[in-house]
Amino acid sequence: METRLSRYIWTHTRKQQLWILLVVALSMVPYFLSFDLPKQIVNGPIQGAGFESPEATQAFLPISFDLPFFGEVNLFSGIQLEREGMLLALSLVFLLLVIINGLFKFYINTYKGRLGERLLRRIRFELVDRVLRFPPGHFKRVKPAEISTMIKDEVEPLGGFTGDAFVQPALLGGQALTALIFILLQSLWLGLIAAFIVAIQAVIIPRMRRRLIVLGRERQLTARELSGRVSEIVDGIGTIRGHDTSNYERADIAARLGRIFKIRYDLYQWKFLVKFLNNFLAQVTPFLFYSIGGYFALQGRLDIGQLVAVIGAYKDLPGPLKELIDWDQARQDVQVKYAQVVEQFSVQPLIDPGVQAISVTAAAPITGALAAVNLSVADDGGSKLVEHVSLQVRPGEAVAITGGSTGGGEALAEAFGRLTWPESGRIVVGDDDIHDMPESVVGRRISYASSEVYTFQGSLGDNLLYGLKHAPLQEVTYEGDKAAHRRWEVLEAKLAGNPSLDLNSDWIDYGAAGATSPDDLFAKVRAVLDTVLLTNDIMALAGRATINPEEHEAFAAEIVEMRGALRRRLEAEKLSDLVVFFEPGSYNIEATVGENLLFGTVTDHARWERALEDHPFFKTVLRRAGLHEIFYEMGLEIAGNVVELFRDLPPDHPFFQQLTFMAAEEIPVYEALLQKVRGRALDEVSEDDAIKVIRLCFGYIEPRHRFGLLSEELMTKIVEARREFSEGLPEDLVGIIEHYQPNRYIASASIIDNVLFGRIGHKHTDGSERIRAIVRDLFESLGLYNDVLAFGLDFNVGAGGKRLTAGQRQKLNLARALIRISDFYIFNQPLLALDQRAQEQITRNVFAFLRQDERKPAIVWVLANPALSELFDREANFENGRLVSDEAVETSVKDTDYKELAS
Amino acid sequence: MLLKDEVEMLRRITLFSGLPPAKLKLLAFTSDRVMYSAGENLFHQGDIGDAAYVILSGKADVLVTTPTGQLKVAEVEQNSIVGEIAILCNTPRTATVKTSTALEALRIRKDDFLKLLADFPEMAVEIMRVLADRLSQTTSELTEARSRAQRAEA
Repeated sequence: METRLSRYIWTHTRKQQLWILLVVALSMVPYFLSFDLPKQIVNGPIQGAGFESPEATQAFLPISFDLPFFGEVNLFSGIQLEREGMLLALSLVFLLLVIINGLFKFYINTYKGRLGERLLRRIRFELVDRVLRFPPGHFKRVKPAEISTMIKDEVEPLGGFTGDAFVQPALLGGQALTALIFILLQSLWLGLIAAFIVAIQAVIIPRMRRRLIVLGRERQLTARELSGRVSEIVDGIGTIRGHDTSNYERADIAARLGRIFKIRYDLYQWKFLVKFLNNFLAQVTPFLFYSIGGYFALQGRLDIGQLVAVIGAYKDLPGPLKELIDWDQARQDVQVKYAQVVEQFSVQPLIDPGVQAISVTAAAPITGALAAVNLSVADDGGSKLVEHVSLQVRPGEAVAITGGSTGGGEALAEAFGRLTWPESGRIVVGDDDIHDMPESVVGRRISYASSEVYTFQGSLGDNLLYGLKHAPLQEVTYEGDKAAHRRWEVLEAKLAGNPSLDLNSDWIDYGAAGATSPDDLFAKVRAVLDTVLLTNDIMALAGRATINPEEHEAFAAEIVEMRGALRRRLEAEKLSDLVVFFEPGSYNIEATVGENLLFGTVTDHARWERALEDHPFFKTVLRRAGLHEIFYEMGLEIAGNVVELFRDLPPDHPFFQQLTFMAAEEIPVYEALLQKVRGRALDEVSEDDAIKVIRLCFGYIEPRHRFGLLSEELMTKIVEARREFSEGLPEDLVGIIEHYQPNRYIASASIIDNVLFGRIGHKHTDGSERIRAIVRDLFESLGLYNDVLAFGLDFNVGAGGKRLTAGQRQKLNLARALIRISDFYIFNQPLLALDQRAQEQITRNVFAFLRQDERKPAIVWVLANPALSELFDREANFENGRLVSDEAVETSVKDTDYKELAS
Repeated sequence: MLLKDEVEMLRRITLFSGLPPAKLKLLAFTSDRVMYSAGENLFHQGDIGDAAYVILSGKADVLVTTPTGQLKVAEVEQNSIVGEIAILCNTPRTATVKTSTALEALRIRKDDFLKLLADFPEMAVEIMRVLADRLSQTTSELTEARSRAQRAEA
């Protein structure tokens, strides 16, 4: 990148700068005309010059000019107007000029703004582009937050400056020069004085500014470090709290802020000192004019008229000069910022852009062997992780790399995966160095997965297919407004030096996954998920998902259909007691009293709470059903039990997790309430207190809480009251409750709850697992499995995949590599978070998966468990960074057999 | 069966007999009531222990997997507690417990159980006593088995 901002701006915006300069020059014409007009209006029609007699007229807008050797040329002799007419006409011209000036200003400002924004876009893109091409070692030295601050904040002022970079000095310099020349013409000596002072300003001020530049650079660096530290605090919050080092961090931040404050305050002092000096020099010139010029005038050596003219002309000098100096300050400021940023991004060696060039055609298979040739890899400290290793992996071969964590196998795998660059030696594919080959070949035909996983924020499915998104493979056709918008996007991207690749295109390379379209890709996805044992996790996620039945009408209908199938299946397997189904006419013992009463769920809890307190509906219905008093008694019983159970426990006791009726801090409230209402009948108790007691009933589940409060009679009454709730619900309460209907999908419930349409009994410890297995089986047999799995793939994995467990993330990462058809698979202990048994199972699955359909890609696997090496053709054993043995697996087995025999 | 009945049951178990009734009620409340039919496993040898079980009704066999097959080492019935070793020592289950009749039990989660031990040292002492009892019983059984083996060899 250019090291000087002005050159960078000039290179990329030359044409536009010249155009805007021209426009600015053009705008001067109406600008100066509008200066002259007020005088004309006042002198002419208002004061009456040229309108001495009442009937006198004057020419309006005569166009004539003198040409040398030719005399006066009269193009338009003007319209003759009377005094009032003239006043009106000239005023209208004034208005017109005001509008024209405004429009010029509007055009110039938007043009400059656009120019600046484009340049900003160009710089930002260029910086990110460089990040994408940084050598891997560089990422160990930079903090992500600092890089993002540079790209986001530090280059921001550059955009604002771009528009003024050349126009401003030209304009202001021109104005200042004009004023100076005018003074010089009036009086040489006074002109020289003015020029001398200007020269002092031009020399001293920039010198003083040097200090400002240094301070500005420091300010930028400290601010950048601050943002790096803040992000470190956020990332390391667990460690900070865990070690009680928060005060160390406070001290560090306070010290940094102190330093930043000092720099900024210094900056202010200097800035205003410079300003003071500047103003002083500007003001000292008139002093010289008055004293020296006045003296000359008294002496008679200077005409008084000239002196007045000089002083008048000098009025126009400090303004542009001051602005020019301000511009220069801004220039230096952004130059410092720019140079700072560019320095940070001038990392060598950057990956050649050609290596990452986009390729829309499928990459040809690699037929050569992948090999390390006399390879050494060192860590940042310079200690060798791998030393002079030569290892060749032929296509189709499966090589196990063993030797534990200090062996160096991991470092070799990282070098194969291009995560680290060799210190000496080479990694070659066939005869070519892997780092010279285009990423469109090595990034597609070689797949790498390790236990260090990065998942991007987005859905699980997006993350799974991430490794297939190499290039936009389709031209999207847009219509109408969208087409216009797309044209605009392409044009703007080009003007700012950005690529115009269409993000809306289908980036997924189906061919690279062995599919042809989205339809048959799904089968591959499923096969891969089955291979890494992730399917059940995703099905569980899907089961907990809520969907909008209006959007997925057919699916929702099938789920409702499934309810019957599930019942038949449970009956057939004699497992009917696993689930208690919702029946409109009977009480569901495993559901809460509230759920039974409403025969539905509350969808809007805030409104429900309010309605429960204020709305007469509930009270009336409860009264009519004869439940009001029963519920009150029941609530008292629950409150009494809960208070008795939990009274003595500290509020943070884990037992409170079992308490669903109230929060820990409500216990004393209810304790007091019980005291207050003891021995009083319901009608003697205030409405609020009664509600407080009654609401406790809604969360009660007999088999779970076992207070013995539900009788057959009460259950019947509750079921009878149900109808009133579903049919008599007043209009202002509609939408609070979603009623259960055996033939309708419940939008507020999860998919699995919709299938069950009931509650899993508390009695069986493994009830929910058994049900889940049965439901999965049913999904499969009814052909709904893929639909459900698709909902699971929509699951948002959160920032950095934090909503998944470490094991799930590693499985996903492995699946992401497996779904790509590659010639070489490098697996660098990809499943460390899983237990031994699961690791073994998945490793075997992966072998089966990669060996099916007569595919035979090469597999390089850094094994944590040497027992698995029987799966491989060869085993390469590393010790202390050196390859100590590399032999076919059968022979090594035979060897040990032999050794055993011999001993 | 209701909470108060469970409290009565718990009171009859030596381990819990020293606890105040209010605490027993809390223990019962935070536990799950589970039911098994005959022939089901409460837990399986080698599993990670996550809960202890107080048998409220029914019977179960304690089985140990040996190279020659499953060996029944004990039988547990009403008012006894099983599975507490695995949650105390954080080891895998040392035996399989399989119901021989329909069985009803109170499932006490590991965290709750440990919390109770921490809150009530007298319960910990009681646990120690029960374990020591079992150890001495095991030791005497072992001695007997050894001497039998010696006699057989002689």
